[in-house]
Amino acid sequence: MKLAFNIAVRFLRSGRGQTILIAVGIAIGVSVQIFIGSLIQGLQIELVDSTIGSQSQITISNKSDEALIDNYSDLVQEITGNYETIRFVSATADGPALLSLDEDSYSILLRGLDFDTADGIYKISDKLEGNAPVSVGEVLIGRELKEEAGISLGDEIVLLSGEGKRENMKVTGVFDLGVSNLNMSWVLSTLPTTQSFFGYEDKATSIEMQLEDVFEAYTLAADIQSAHAGDLTVENWKDLNASLLSGLNGQRVSSYMIQIFVMISVLLGIASVLAITVIQKSRQIGILKAMGIQDGQASLIFIFQGLMLGIAGAILGVLLGLGLSYAFTAFALNPDGTPVVPLYIDPGFIALSAAFAITVSTIAALIPARKSSKLNPIEVIRNG
Amino acid sequence: MANVIELKKINKIYGSGQYQTHVLHDVDLDIKAGSFTSIIGQSGSGKSTLLNIVGTLDQPTNGEVWINGNRTDQMNKKELAILRNRTLGFIFQFHYLLPEFTAFENVLMPYRIEHGGAPKSAVERANEIMNLVGLEKVKNNPSGKMSGGQQQRTAIARALMNEPKIILADEPTGNLDTDTTEIIYNLMREINQTIGTTFVVITHDRRIAEKADRIIEIADGRIVMDV
Repeated sequence: MKLAFNIAVRFLRSGRGQTILIAVGIAIGVSVQIFIGSLIQGLQIELVDSTIGSQSQITISNKSDEALIDNYSDLVQEITGNYETIRFVSATADGPALLSLDEDSYSILLRGLDFDTADGIYKISDKLEGNAPVSVGEVLIGRELKEEAGISLGDEIVLLSGEGKRENMKVTGVFDLGVSNLNMSWVLSTLPTTQSFFGYEDKATSIEMQLEDVFEAYTLAADIQSAHAGDLTVENWKDLNASLLSGLNGQRVSSYMIQIFVMISVLLGIASVLAITVIQKSRQIGILKAMGIQDGQASLIFIFQGLMLGIAGAILGVLLGLGLSYAFTAFALNPDGTPVVPLYIDPGFIALSAAFAITVSTIAALIPARKSSKLNPIEVIRNG
Repeated sequence: MANVIELKKINKIYGSGQYQTHVLHDVDLDIKAGSFTSIIGQSGSGKSTLLNIVGTLDQPTNGEVWINGNRTDQMNKKELAILRNRTLGFIFQFHYLLPEFTAFENVLMPYRIEHGGAPKSAVERANEIMNLVGLEKVKNNPSGKMSGGQQQRTAIARALMNEPKIILADEPTGNLDTDTTEIIYNLMREINQTIGTTFVVITHDRRIAEKADRIIEIADGRIVMDV
């Protein structure tokens, strides 16, 4: 082992130019892999974040539309306690209502939120002009609704419930969730406000959650569902965003394809160059065999060469890939100075790429290793 | 004295059909332990093939090869490699050192092939051999950067490293000048006499051959003279 390793090192050192060439070849492969991987991952995270980052990812509601969740604060507490990977849990009491303004009326969704926890999901406080509602009868309206209906901060608006209940509410702030549809239709208030307005008593219509890892939604939702079989239904964003998911999948698969083909070309490159080194070193292999080196040991020399080239290439490639990624985020910018695509640097993925390159290089070395194992010393001795 | 090499009815045929070349014809040869034998003959006479068969690098088409009491023509590659490593030392015309290593490392190589590493005792032994062949001053030179005579002495030192019973040399001085040739032969002779290593040396130089204990001449694949 040790001898084969030493010989491999010497062979690599004696053909320095060739060694550097192969290592750089592997490095470029690895760096492209890391760059594309980070780019696609960054793109996906950005996409997921902008699509479902500010909404409920798992929602518990009652099976029948009419029915409510009566022990909601117990449930919120239980889920907060039991599932560490759920970041925010918030109960809501929602209902449809009409906003009546002079001659016009607007159909809205009046949402009663627990602002302490709901803020984690909707990040309202970042997008709020004015103050969050505190006491009963205070509401927030969306930016689009404010402009459309010509309401100002501090105005009183009239809301009508489906049962004909009519109540005056005071607008304490204007929010902008970035989605005009929601800005137009949502009116936000506190839980007690909507509970009394809709006559829900101390009950909620749904419990909303946001997770550490959005891709765990499916399993977590299933867990919660099985723990609360009965009249509750648990929905997750994946069920509701099938087209987004298939888009993400397509992206991921194409990224894998690129990475696999990059690695195949690296593999072929290494294999062919190493195959040439066997011919270059056949004299040495022949003399070593005349001196009694075993075929396996002779093969090991080339395996070690592949391994070392792989390691050198992987290290170089990781540095190059990170450099490339850094340059991309530093120089490919939007007009506002943010990167066009924020890259996601995942150490696990980088380690995997490096390990993959090392494995591939070692596998590529099998071809020359086999060749050197078959080399008959007499051919070298006889032909000088 | 016992025979360390015994060849029985060795035939070697290259190729097949109408392009067949019969290189060796029923060669019988015994070589005694501790002897110094030279083999002479025209080029193409089959002397190198004979030496390569003795060295287990080549296989006879038929016949028996006994090296140090072991029949080698039926051994597998692995057994042959071990036999070569422990029992045989080679010196070739073109010295065949590994240019990636220093002279000293080349000398250690047969030991490392057998044992992997090189403990102090092996390093000491390699040093002794380097002194014996008069290379102590240049032992750490890259082997490719030495003179022909130095390279050949390195090859001899390497052949001695594992204390083989037999050293096989194929025109070891073929590309060296007369003075260096003299030095190399005297060195081999000295090793033969002091350590008792058996030498079989191919040469085309009759003057050198005559210094051997025994001269074998080969012509057209047959032993034509044995004195």
